[in-house]
Amino acid sequence: MPDSSVTGAAAAAARGYGSQRQAALTGMRHSLGVPALVLGSSYVGFGSLIQGADLAVWHGLFSTFTGWALPGQIILVELYSLGASILVVSAAVAMTNARLLPMTVALMPFLRAPGTPRWRYYLFAHFIAVTGWAAAMRHCPQLPEPQRLPYFAGFAATLWAMCLGATALGFYLADLLPGYITLGLVFLNPIYFMLVFVADARHRARILALAVGAVCGPLLHLVSADWGLLLTGLLAGSLAFFADRLWSRDHG
Amino acid sequence: MAEPGLLDSAFWPIVLMIAGGLVTYFWRALGVALSGRIDAGSPLFEWVACVAYAMLAGLIARMILLPNGPLAETASADRIAAAVIALAIFFLARRNVGLGVAAGAGALVLMTWGRAWLL
Repeated sequence: MPDSSVTGAAAAAARGYGSQRQAALTGMRHSLGVPALVLGSSYVGFGSLIQGADLAVWHGLFSTFTGWALPGQIILVELYSLGASILVVSAAVAMTNARLLPMTVALMPFLRAPGTPRWRYYLFAHFIAVTGWAAAMRHCPQLPEPQRLPYFAGFAATLWAMCLGATALGFYLADLLPGYITLGLVFLNPIYFMLVFVADARHRARILALAVGAVCGPLLHLVSADWGLLLTGLLAGSLAFFADRLWSRDHG
Repeated sequence: MAEPGLLDSAFWPIVLMIAGGLVTYFWRALGVALSGRIDAGSPLFEWVACVAYAMLAGLIARMILLPNGPLAETASADRIAAAVIALAIFFLARRNVGLGVAAGAGALVLMTWGRAWLL
């Protein structure tokens, strides 16, 4: 056998899932387990929020179609119910979703492959949200470059389609679901995100960023509801980054 | 100033959602545009990743401790206890995310229901 187990493993890593098509199908399969179940249930909660705000089902579908990222969608519906102006709504959604900028910058190097038309990156960027992002950050670096974007697209677009269906389902179930259950469904979302990151934490700088961010987030929100999240990212992220560098310098 | 007719119509939420969708997509598109200029091995890239993780953790902690929407009506102590239960079950069940999430959300539902029933 010319093939040792080490080069065998390297060859398997180089093949990834075999082809772009297989990579997309694998991404789809990965999303159709716990991610679709939990995020789908969260969107059932969102659908019943839409009903509770006296909106129509197509309002909910439109929101999930165009602005997919649950925290921003929830704040939009809440501000709408309060009669907020379009400026207030835009600013609040922009601040809630500002995390998508550093998330996209951090993910893109693991999605790019030579020869991919640029519009595809801009198309699939629409599907960058916490769940698909965390899955792609975990799997894509190990895949051959041509399979990376297909894996992410298969995962995230499937999840998005499930969320559209769940939004409609939640809208029609709203009258049947007691208020406690809706609360539980909405609560699934932050709990799920929390566990995804606890399960995923490996890299020292990023663990530090998560820990300091979790402490700063609520505190800085009390200081400024508008700027709290942005400040949390800049302060806690920088602190974690520099602490990690200092540690590496002092401890080799 | 939007005329009152628009504000009362079924299209007003759509106008708000278009605005919300545009600002949301703006961050994603800007991320794609900027990422081409940052080397994946550079310290700047690592810093951006740290900022992303910090913002995510900050948002998650805020959603649990100081939520918007319907969760604001639940007791903070219940939400914190439910988050701790989710973490405990996650580790006890050999890092099973699905079980942890179900336990956390189930715990919040039961505690909220229990409070309403007792009071």
